[in-house]
Amino acid sequence: MTKSHDTPDDGDAKTQFARQFIEAIPHSRALGMRLDAIGDGTSEISMPYDLRLVGEPRTGVIHGGAVSALMDTCCGAAVMSHPDAPSGTATIDLRIDYMRAATPGDRIIAKATCYHVTRSVAFVRATAYDGDPSRPVASATGAFTIERPKGGKS
Amino acid sequence: MSHPNEKRHRPESVQVVKTRRDAALKALVTGVPYIQFLGIEFDRRGDELTAVLPFDEKLIGNPLIPALHGGVTAAFLEVTAIIELSWSYLWEDIEAGRIDLARLDPLHLPRLPKTIDFTVDYLRSGLPRDAYARARVNRSGRRYASVHVEAWQDNRSKLFAQGTGHFVMPPAPLAPDE
Repeated sequence: MTKSHDTPDDGDAKTQFARQFIEAIPHSRALGMRLDAIGDGTSEISMPYDLRLVGEPRTGVIHGGAVSALMDTCCGAAVMSHPDAPSGTATIDLRIDYMRAATPGDRIIAKATCYHVTRSVAFVRATAYDGDPSRPVASATGAFTIERPKGGKS
Repeated sequence: MSHPNEKRHRPESVQVVKTRRDAALKALVTGVPYIQFLGIEFDRRGDELTAVLPFDEKLIGNPLIPALHGGVTAAFLEVTAIIELSWSYLWEDIEAGRIDLARLDPLHLPRLPKTIDFTVDYLRSGLPRDAYARARVNRSGRRYASVHVEAWQDNRSKLFAQGTGHFVMPPAPLAPDE
């Protein structure tokens, strides 16, 4: 597994826009999300362990809802970074499978791939890991809208 | 309903019943930090629960529109489903007074169901105002449950999101006879 680098390279204007866009999202900021890598229909976003996000006080495990928020953001970012990319996107549907509880104290890392795009829909899948990349915490599949600029080409 | 063994059985006072139900619900909801983080509250009418998500700036996902974050919507639906499911399987024990309300602090909460999967349909964008949700347990077996949730804002009939989740039920510590 490649480690994510301290400063992801800046890439083109679109990538830069995506990063700024994601880091300006109030809820992503509230969860402490960090964009680690983006480009060509893929994205990697991580989130620190936070006691405010605990869903089961007895064990300290993060609530599934917080993992959903991370997955949704990561999938949306992957869509926006696709080469046939839209100017904007919104979630149509998103399914999350929870394979196991994330280890309390561990950062959660989501990796998403936008694997197919039509004129109107983008298809995405994502996986979330904690400290152990060989044992995913959750996976997601979703469909997103493709919003094109009005009067723009294609 | 008549109980042959309770000849002098009289209905409990409404206040006793309400106090017990509200204490159980409060324990379920306030014991979970993430529910507090999102600011979700629950209204109760008898056994019917309505989840309320008061609008807050930190719930915004798209500052340009602005709209609720899709992840907030998903989390709101999932929280509603889990609380409804827990509430429905604890109901009998709450009514029978089998739950020790004095011990319902966060570390002694009944175990919560575990989410297997959760699917959210985003029907329209979530507006920057309060949201409401109700869940229905469509199937609840000994091991698995299936729950459907609907969420709306201004009009009950105009859903902005719906979701379906599957859950693994916790072991039933209050019914050792089974």
